[in-house]
Amino acid sequence: MIVYTLKRLGLAALVAITVSIISFMLIRLSGDPAIALAGENATSEQIEFIRIQYGFDRPLVIQYLDWAHRALQADFGESPYFQQPVTRIIGDRIGVTLKLGVMSLIFAVAVSIPMGVLASIRPNTWIDRIALSISVMGQAMPSFWFGLIMIIVLGVWLRLLPISGTDSFAHYIMPTIALGYYGIPAFMRLTRSGMLEVLSSDHIRTARAKGLRWGKVLFKHALRNAIIPVVALAAVQLGFMLGGSIVIESVFALHGIGYLAWESIGRRDLPVVQAIVLLLSMIFVALTLLSDIINAFLDPRIRVK
Amino acid sequence: MKSVLEVKSLYVDLPLPAGMLHAVRNVSFHVNQGETVSLVGESGCGKSMTALAVMNLLPRKGVRRAEVLSFEGRDLMKIDDSKMADIRGNKMAMIFQEPMTSLDPCYTIGNQLEEAILQHRKVSTAEARDRAVFLLEKVGITAAESRLKQYPHQLSGGLRQRVMIAMGLMCGPSLIIADEPTTALDVTIQAQILSLLASLQQEFEMGLILITHDLGVVSRTADRLAVMYCGEVVETGTTEEVFDNPIHPYTRGLMDCIPVPGKTKPGEKLGSIPGMVPTPIGELTGCSFRNRCPSASPDCARTETRLIEISPGRAYRCLLSPEACAVEWNRA
Ligand SMILES: Nc1ncnc2c1ncn2[C@@H]1O[C@H](COP(=O)(O)OP(=O)(O)OP(=O)(O)O)[C@@H](O)[C@H]1O
Ligand SMILES: [Mg+2]
Repeated sequence: MIVYTLKRLGLAALVAITVSIISFMLIRLSGDPAIALAGENATSEQIEFIRIQYGFDRPLVIQYLDWAHRALQADFGESPYFQQPVTRIIGDRIGVTLKLGVMSLIFAVAVSIPMGVLASIRPNTWIDRIALSISVMGQAMPSFWFGLIMIIVLGVWLRLLPISGTDSFAHYIMPTIALGYYGIPAFMRLTRSGMLEVLSSDHIRTARAKGLRWGKVLFKHALRNAIIPVVALAAVQLGFMLGGSIVIESVFALHGIGYLAWESIGRRDLPVVQAIVLLLSMIFVALTLLSDIINAFLDPRIRVK
Repeated sequence: MKSVLEVKSLYVDLPLPAGMLHAVRNVSFHVNQGETVSLVGESGCGKSMTALAVMNLLPRKGVRRAEVLSFEGRDLMKIDDSKMADIRGNKMAMIFQEPMTSLDPCYTIGNQLEEAILQHRKVSTAEARDRAVFLLEKVGITAAESRLKQYPHQLSGGLRQRVMIAMGLMCGPSLIIADEPTTALDVTIQAQILSLLASLQQEFEMGLILITHDLGVVSRTADRLAVMYCGEVVETGTTEEVFDNPIHPYTRGLMDCIPVPGKTKPGEKLGSIPGMVPTPIGELTGCSFRNRCPSASPDCARTETRLIEISPGRAYRCLLSPEACAVEWNRA
């Protein structure tokens, strides 16, 4: 288990370094950063001044190492737009995004796993059909469109929920549903197909031959086995959700880092964009590592040799 | 002798896309206390389905019906699911064909063994553990105590099958159904497992249904046997009777496929039965063995075969008389 964890940790570190190089390069490749920072009407002296001030004249490797070194200390420089440290700007907004992400994941899991289990124990019945329709709809509807529909119906017509902002828990309900719904189809399908496969497996027959009650067969033996691939998917899915939060935060005017990223791209606020890209990628790497470790706990074939 | 299991006219139907599969047709047999009854036949002849029907573990959509299906005097066709679950694993245990996949990969051997007794008896986990260790030693597993903490993937197929046997014995059942318990194992281990089963059966006075396609195994372990073909019993009797004096052409064919010490000369060719078991889908008429039978006549396609009893407990299913069967066989 320790060896396994160390291996995964090493792998995660490698991925993190690669991702950091890519996010560093992305900004350099999208044009001369000094020109971008100086603005449209800058003279060539001004551009040259900025180039030296920000160190863009040094070799790329040195620039990267310097940048990475400071990034490790949570120093991403200053945002030219806000005239504030990037870390503070992001720190003010990350809470909203994390709240939205975690709530959406909980919502998606809480809906899709029970539904997937129900669909698997009653395949080809009305329950299964409903579950399938919900998942097909989830796949077919873009999340921003679903968000807008909710705003019109629940917010404008029925006036049940606030349509924008982050003041109360109620403000998070629609964004959570919109973003969570995005994850439901994949979770539900995987739960359903996993359960169907496990339920017809030999060891379930053994469990039944022991005289175990249906509940025990279903939850102790079947779900435990079926959930393993779902956990692996959860990390990937949460990554998608973090990406999706850029859209959802814009639709519901939630001031999280997704919304910030979208605005900063428009303002060419490079240090902020770069920091957000790096941060989201690191969260994703950490989640993958976490799901690997949870999976090892769930599956002794990984844990014990 | 006390009868443990009584099966009379058991049918199992399974709807398939291709039509209704009559996997088991009109099968009758009984098992007495301390007795080994063997179900023999080629792959696909309905042996497992018969066993699963007795356990009420048929695949989804599988339907069973029977004139009599009684276990220790209780009518299994009438009792509800939870009463049946009380019997399963408690009074009636089953060992499966596939030891590699029959244990849950996510739980330790100890957990899975203890679970079997905790479900049915009011015992503490410590007592359940002791019972598990006791039985693991009984089935010949060394260092039983430490095995409890191991997971199925850490054990070989032979060990897993021993664990399955121990699991079946946890509650001291009066009937064990062993469905080809050795098919998936190495030849050397096969013999060990079989003699283990036989000795445990003697020791605990259990009824044993031994399902196999290996007549050699039957001759060594079974008291009585039923030969199955295409979902039906085609011949039944004590092991001695059937081996000394097989009647049905199918039984004779099977016997010719195994070498007999003293009789089969070195280098002599063993027999084989040409053709394949037909799949019993849809309407069935006539004798199902006729297409492979050396003694078949046009009558066999038209007339329904019946199980003809020639003495108590001795029966065969053929239009011909036993004498005619013998004559036809020797001619062919
Ligand atoms: N789950 C299933 N779905 C559809 N058909 C099945 C299923 N299980 C068994 N059958 C069919 O039912 C018939 C009887 O099968 P059964 O498993 O009882 O045979 P068997 O005598 O145990 O053979 P084997 O020696 O291969 O185990 C066969 O024709 C088989 O193809
Ligand atoms: Mg079988």
